Amino acid sequence: MTARSGFQQGLLHAAGIPALVLAAGYVGFGALSAGHGLSLVGTLLSTLLIWALPAQLIIVEMHTLGAPFFAVLLTAVLSGVRFLPMTVILAPLLYEARSRPLHQYAAAHFISMSGWAWAMARFPAMPPEHRLGYFFGFTATLMASALGSTALGYLAGDLLPPMAKLAFVFMSPMYFLLLLAGGQNDARGYLAIVVGAVAGPLAHFVTPQWSVLIAGIAGGTLAYFAHRAWKRKGLKR
Amino acid sequence: MSEYTLLAIVCGLGTYLWRGLGVTLSARIRPESELFAWIGCVAYAMLAGLISRVILMPSGSLEHTALWQRLAATGFALVAYLLLTRKNLFAGVIASAAAMYVVLRLSA
Repeated sequence: MTARSGFQQGLLHAAGIPALVLAAGYVGFGALSAGHGLSLVGTLLSTLLIWALPAQLIIVEMHTLGAPFFAVLLTAVLSGVRFLPMTVILAPLLYEARSRPLHQYAAAHFISMSGWAWAMARFPAMPPEHRLGYFFGFTATLMASALGSTALGYLAGDLLPPMAKLAFVFMSPMYFLLLLAGGQNDARGYLAIVVGAVAGPLAHFVTPQWSVLIAGIAGGTLAYFAHRAWKRKGLKR
Repeated sequence: MSEYTLLAIVCGLGTYLWRGLGVTLSARIRPESELFAWIGCVAYAMLAGLISRVILMPSGSLEHTALWQRLAATGFALVAYLLLTRKNLFAGVIASAAAMYVVLRLSA
């Protein structure tokens, strides 16, 4: 298998369930944006440049609630902080010592929840020299699928009867709910999810515009320390 | 350029910072450190908080659905995903949309 065939194989492997799952989420995102009266250009750029559906949903929600520009920016960017540990963990598997820095930094943009989980599962069994090409191929298919479905959701959203459109819009929060519910989380991860799920609506009562950020930091920190205290207590026994 | 388009561009650059920084730091930081554990907790809590808020008190077009309708569709999606299809994400997401459509249809 050459580097080129690694790319082709990645391209083909994504063209199935991975692309379809992503498409379901992004059709919902497109329909949601159209439902809020946002521009198609901005909606497509959001998918291409941000490449993280949670941040994209945060921006739509906060922007339409009239949150200040800086608040939206801060919340959206902070919601992407997971990419730091994700990239740090994936990097040693993805890059060879001799792979060019330009390729490394280019590949980093295409890291998303779907591509990352797939790569983490398959890279250990793949020869290192094929991984980068495979990753580019795999994520190229995902990106094409996401852009196509964003446009489809945005444009077809208006053609659909109202009930079908609501059903489509409902898919994007469900995509992440199911990803969270089915993830291979440890106790700490589940604790953070539960505390965050309670903190989100509570913070929304206090300040709708800052609720995502406040709930994330407060809930996440609470979960972190609660888990640490619980772990320590367990060790003392 | 609309504020939304500008947000997409600026937030895109901001999000890339984490990815780029990840490449730079990958040679130096241990992924199992306590700092990463805390960052992970905040990331999970943020996403979970957003999702539960969107289900319980949505803004935008989902405002046109009732709470019980959203909860019923969410419940069905979870059952379809976790129990019926053994964590088939695609089936779960499609089931959520189908359930929402049916619930809206029946109560119309």
